[in-house]
Amino acid sequence: MTALMQPSPSACPACAAAPAAASLAARATAASSEQIALSLPTIHCSACISKIERALGAHPGVRSARVNLTLKRASIEAAPGVTAEQICALVEGLGFEAHELDAGTLNATATDRAGRDLLMRLAVAGFASMNVMLLSVSVWSGAEAATRDMFHWISAAITLPAIAFSGVPFFRSAWAALRKRRLNMDVPIVLAIVLAIMTSLWETMLSGEHAYFDAALTLTFFLLAGRYLDHRTRAIARSAAEELTALEVPRATRLREGAEEQVNLAELRLGDMILVRPGGRMPVDGEIVAGTSEIDRSLLTGETLPVFAGLGQAVSAGEVNLTGPLTIRATAVGADTSLHRMADLVAIAESGRSRYTSLADHAAKLYAPGVHILAGLSFLGWYLYSWDIRTALNIAAAVLIITCPCALGLAVPAVTTAASGRLFRRGMLIKHETALERLAQVDTVVFDKTGTLTTGSPQLSNLGTLPRPSLELALALAQGSSHPLAQAIMHAARAEGSVAAAVSNVTEVPGYGTKAMVGGQEVRLGRASWTGAQRLPETATFLKVGTEPPVALTFTDALRPGATEAVQALMAQGKRVILISGDSAPAVEALAQRLHIPHWLAEALPADKAARIAALREEGAHVLMVGDGLNDTAALSAADVSISPASALDAARVASDIVLLGNDLAPIAAACDTAKSAIRRIHENFRIATLYNLIAVPLAVAGLCSPLIAALAMSLSSMTVTLNALRLR
Amino acid sequence: MNILAYLIPISLILGGVGLVAFIYTVRSNQYDDPEGDARRILSNDWDDHPKP
Repeated sequence: MTALMQPSPSACPACAAAPAAASLAARATAASSEQIALSLPTIHCSACISKIERALGAHPGVRSARVNLTLKRASIEAAPGVTAEQICALVEGLGFEAHELDAGTLNATATDRAGRDLLMRLAVAGFASMNVMLLSVSVWSGAEAATRDMFHWISAAITLPAIAFSGVPFFRSAWAALRKRRLNMDVPIVLAIVLAIMTSLWETMLSGEHAYFDAALTLTFFLLAGRYLDHRTRAIARSAAEELTALEVPRATRLREGAEEQVNLAELRLGDMILVRPGGRMPVDGEIVAGTSEIDRSLLTGETLPVFAGLGQAVSAGEVNLTGPLTIRATAVGADTSLHRMADLVAIAESGRSRYTSLADHAAKLYAPGVHILAGLSFLGWYLYSWDIRTALNIAAAVLIITCPCALGLAVPAVTTAASGRLFRRGMLIKHETALERLAQVDTVVFDKTGTLTTGSPQLSNLGTLPRPSLELALALAQGSSHPLAQAIMHAARAEGSVAAAVSNVTEVPGYGTKAMVGGQEVRLGRASWTGAQRLPETATFLKVGTEPPVALTFTDALRPGATEAVQALMAQGKRVILISGDSAPAVEALAQRLHIPHWLAEALPADKAARIAALREEGAHVLMVGDGLNDTAALSAADVSISPASALDAARVASDIVLLGNDLAPIAAACDTAKSAIRRIHENFRIATLYNLIAVPLAVAGLCSPLIAALAMSLSSMTVTLNALRLR
Repeated sequence: MNILAYLIPISLILGGVGLVAFIYTVRSNQYDDPEGDARRILSNDWDDHPKP
């Protein structure tokens, strides 16, 4: 009965799937239904949509389901008790790839209110400017006396409410700047619009000839179009970045009175017992209370060597458990974890970057005072010449309209939209609005090692020198384990055509290695201390047969695809390439030699990395930092511009300006080129806009500029600027 | 010229209808999935009766 009594969250069926209505619905029916969001990267046609929707609709627990092909997502409202895993399995059964998305992360920001608001204002400005322009055309083509006055009055009646609604973003931004006693691009815009409307109203009352209603509206329309382009580019980047975050559903397994339960990270409290399975990431800082294993700390420290983890040892959020299940007791949760403490370091580093002024602001700083002085002088000049305040004011308004940074307002967003779209298709996500401008200036590139230049997964390096029987034994022991080193042995040995030796009683000893019996002798494959071997400087595991001396199997990190190309291309562009890693010196040196990187720095702490980058910047270098780990976040924020791969920790992705969506590093070098040509286009656009001003401003100052010339100059310069931006390659 | 007294209001009203229609489409989230909507029209799932 309660279900029936609930009001329908939205009236039309189309609204039901929409984020805004869905969040309303979530609130209204939170108690009785569950919101599930899935990412469906492989859907591409109408058959996919109907196949998935039909299958989901047939599931008894699903109340409604809608697939969004643009975002490649499905949003599902299901009865309580239906889990995302069930739905995922259902969709995967149809032959589509499906990943659960964290509905909380998506819902919180999915409603693009600001974009919709801008679009609405753009529509009103467009509608009004077209109507007023038509009325103006008849005035320009010779309407006279009473007809002209009537047309002017109708124009005024359309213009005033339209500007009052559409101009709000400019009014707000200009007011904010003026209150801080600064000038931005919006101050001359607002002044031009207000002055144009005032003089036009005055002229209309005195049944004068010239009214600038159409100019004021077209101006607003073009500027809003620039704003909207700018907003869309950023909204696309933001939603893709959000999707990356939402893919990591923040969930942990809590043990309570012996029973396991899945809970959200936010619900974890101090002292909770948490079970971390092999392959899982530590959700919180804690202390191991049961189990032994090895943990991979590469995302936190950059070291590739897995570390032994036993009873009583402290672990930090973000570390990955490798071999055995671990039970940890939470010692710090949420904002207190070491993951979050890194944020302080980031905040300090970030304060250095915020000093960057964008090209548009830079132009505005030169431009805004110039425009005001010019308009003021022409007002004064004409007033002193004719002692007629009406003529003087009219000319000042004309000067302001002509010089209004309409083309300038479009120059930057049109180019960045084109460039971001191009880079997005190559797998790069530009998150920050000025990232392209900063990327264009880069002359020094700093790479992190583990997880950035390398994939973080090891490769067997002494395969050729290993005796055949040892390799076959190692394969036999390794094939039962999911440890990354064991996996590496397995892949290498299988690829080489080895067959596993016959062994019995294979048992994995979490934290140490694997052992088995062969011909009455115990064979062990594992850590140096467990096999009685000497530790080696590089990553290694050891095989010990009976009482024979142990054999070492050494590993190197596999290079990320495109790493060599990216480094070579960057050096060919004349950039300085530096490798800074938290890993041990021999490992870093080996990689530096492999990639021919002349400068490298090993065993760097997070603060060292940031300090090194700060020092480079002090020397006048423009630094691009490429990194993925938590130990890189401070360095990522300290650099002029930063890139992180999609596999990076959330914290690192947040700190960086650009995210690489694919696995390949090669687009980095190409992106530097694209950024450079984008900045060249922006400068060209500035020059074009200036050229138009140079022609039109003298006319305006001389009092020869009619509303017709103003409208032509404005539209033409905006069009040229936009077309020039589209030429970007 | 009296014709203007009819034509101007008519043109303004027609334009206004277009504007209101556009605002309605924005408000009812019809631009959330342009690609999907373009293809949905090709599917014959709900040809016989509307989606419940």
